[in-house]
Amino acid sequence: MANISFNKFYRQFNVLSLILIAVSLVFLIFKGLNYGVDFKGGTLIELRTTDKTNNISLIRDSFNQMNLGDVSVKKFGNETDFIVKFEKQNSNDPEFIKNIQSKLSNSIGDVDFRRVENVGPKVSSELLKSGIIAISLSLAAMLLYIWIRFEWQFSLGAILAIFHDVIITLGIFSIFSLEINLSIVAAVLTIVGYSMNDTVVIFDRVRENLRKFSDIKIFDLTNISINETLSRTIITSVTTLLALLSIYFFGGEILKGFSLAMILGVIFGTYSSIYIANPILVALNVSQRTIVKEEKD
Amino acid sequence: MLYFSKLRIISVIIFTIIFSYFAFSNFIKFDDKFFSKNINLGLDLQGGSYLLLEIDNQPVITQKLQAKIIELKRYFKEKEISLKNFSLKENTILFEASDNEFENVKNFLNDKESDINAYYQQYKSHEFDVSENGNFFNLTYSRYGLVLLKNSSLDQAIEIVRRRVDEVGTNEPNILKRGNDRILVELPGLDDPNRIKSLLGKTANLTFQFISQNNEESFGTEKLSFEDGSRDAIVGKRIILSGDNLVDAKPTMNTETNETVVSFSLDRVGAKKFGRATSTGVGKQLAIVLDGKIISAPTIREPIISGSGQISGGFTFQSATDLALLLRSGALPAPLNIIEERTVGPDLGQDSIDAGILSLIIGFLLVILFMIYKYRTFGLIANLALVSNLFLLIGILTLFEATLTLPGIAGIILTVGMAVDANVLIFERIKEETKNEKNPIIAFDAGYTKSRTTILDANITTLIAAFILFFMGSGPVKGFSVTLGVGILTTLFSVYFIARLLTSFYVVRNKNKEQLL
Repeated sequence: MANISFNKFYRQFNVLSLILIAVSLVFLIFKGLNYGVDFKGGTLIELRTTDKTNNISLIRDSFNQMNLGDVSVKKFGNETDFIVKFEKQNSNDPEFIKNIQSKLSNSIGDVDFRRVENVGPKVSSELLKSGIIAISLSLAAMLLYIWIRFEWQFSLGAILAIFHDVIITLGIFSIFSLEINLSIVAAVLTIVGYSMNDTVVIFDRVRENLRKFSDIKIFDLTNISINETLSRTIITSVTTLLALLSIYFFGGEILKGFSLAMILGVIFGTYSSIYIANPILVALNVSQRTIVKEEKD
Repeated sequence: MLYFSKLRIISVIIFTIIFSYFAFSNFIKFDDKFFSKNINLGLDLQGGSYLLLEIDNQPVITQKLQAKIIELKRYFKEKEISLKNFSLKENTILFEASDNEFENVKNFLNDKESDINAYYQQYKSHEFDVSENGNFFNLTYSRYGLVLLKNSSLDQAIEIVRRRVDEVGTNEPNILKRGNDRILVELPGLDDPNRIKSLLGKTANLTFQFISQNNEESFGTEKLSFEDGSRDAIVGKRIILSGDNLVDAKPTMNTETNETVVSFSLDRVGAKKFGRATSTGVGKQLAIVLDGKIISAPTIREPIISGSGQISGGFTFQSATDLALLLRSGALPAPLNIIEERTVGPDLGQDSIDAGILSLIIGFLLVILFMIYKYRTFGLIANLALVSNLFLLIGILTLFEATLTLPGIAGIILTVGMAVDANVLIFERIKEETKNEKNPIIAFDAGYTKSRTTILDANITTLIAAFILFFMGSGPVKGFSVTLGVGILTTLFSVYFIARLLTSFYVVRNKNKEQLL
């Protein structure tokens, strides 16, 4: 069994986490998130050109001439593949996409539209709403579950750890202007599940040790529990990260954002189970009496 | 804990084999119908179009309210109650009743038995909400009145949409209601949705109306423009004939003019109406109007009593085919707007499948190698559980013919990464127990028992996330929640039945060895 004094650094890492959360919040509030067409509405076209000399600025110019609102063009994997996003979304004109394609063929040669996503303003605001509801519901459900299974001090610790992970992951997406779409919501929900999972494993051990050792204070008890479960924590993080890295590098461009969010979530989820969830138990003065009292109830 | 009855062993094996068989049936063709099930590929993997259409009900509401005004006038005239100042403003019918008849009118409008303002017993609501303002009555659709109206127009629209999509003849389209004013159309394998989109975008309201010569038609006139935008014409509002009377329409070649036309035939009522109108209207121009635009306006040379005719309008063969199709399938009750479209080309779908499978294989191998490195023999056991977990997962998805999407594949890979967690928890616990307990069978037993609540807690939390995602998520993301959720269940099975079975065999055989794990 490992014997590392994690608890010596509770304070330092808590300060670090607070700074990270503060920075994330500042970015989330002032810069906001880079919503994709799912949540902002508009049109996304993934296109493949036949002419290899086509570059981003050429494609951007062609689109700019079509009066489509803000246009953004990005490379997407291959050098002939591009993602074009623009504001306009025309539901009343069934020929909208067809016209764009024919205009584009005139200016830059044959293009293949590999993917088209066209989301109206009503649908995008509904998707955003249901995304937020889904994340809130899952947080509430986790809170409820852990509240039933543990004492309130533990549920507070676990929930704060989850908030920490979600806020920092979203903060990183904001800082680097990474796109938020439907699959990121799925990633965030999975992060919530994973972070909870990781925290619960350590908490289970803390509770067991509270029963086992009547004379050890919570400060050292958390450290013992973290060490006892450390090799499991590491192995599971490693296998999960191996799977996620494989998706990130080989799963294609579409899954990049999703797998990146998950990778960040797993890293922060693992960290927060140790350095957020446990210090909160210490701060709330959890003791052997906390569980004894519960059990008498 | 390490003891398994024979029955249990056999059922675990049979269960695993059956589901693995289903998993394999995706790759190998079995003759047997029951076993030749396949996972449905989502639109993002097989390519195709997802269209969400919303009905614009405003024209229907206006139309119904106008009809209601006529009905109200007629109804109260029969009751010898005179009402005046009928008007229609912002979806509200307004009219005035005189002082002495006010209460009387009110009673009729609130009467649950009367049909002038129908009462729906099941909703405990009238069709219209009635409010008063001085001597004026305001009638607006009640919540349920509106729901019923929307539902009936949705029912009509979905039928027409189905006919149009079927006529184009795509591969297993999926057409579903969404709420009370939306229709979801999924068209798998469709490379170019433009034709269907333009077909669904047309209401296809066909009418025949005379072009007015003297501006003095009894029903009034309206100014309509020609389809090609070349000019306008004043058209009498009286509808001679509408698309409802059509029984067939098909593109044909007019041999005299060598032009593509749409020939149509009318039902008996339509043929009579058409015959009468064309008899009286020889020499007049008859405008053929589609969705408020004149397609053409031929001059009537002789009465047409055969009940069939032709529409010309400079069609190409394609546009004549499309018009005929629209006319055959009937008019939509209201215009449809495409509020969401997602189209994936088949080659991108194939690329996604290839990338998904590649990353699954790589992720799988990495996890397997890591587990062998960490746990040796027990790593092998965990890996065997992992392999059967994968077969079970794919087998269950196949059995229920679930839809596999790209995020769904990501869910499978993630399951591979997270599935070993339970075995890791058990193995780590066993290691701890072995320190105090020399008898390996007791130590292994304790390892399984003591880690159980933790494993359940950990998996239930992920399952909660998957459930919420399933109910809140849409499309591809839903596919992710399905694989993640089913993956947790198969993980628990593979850990508690398969891995434990193998572990117990191994431990019982090697109980005298030092340091098993």
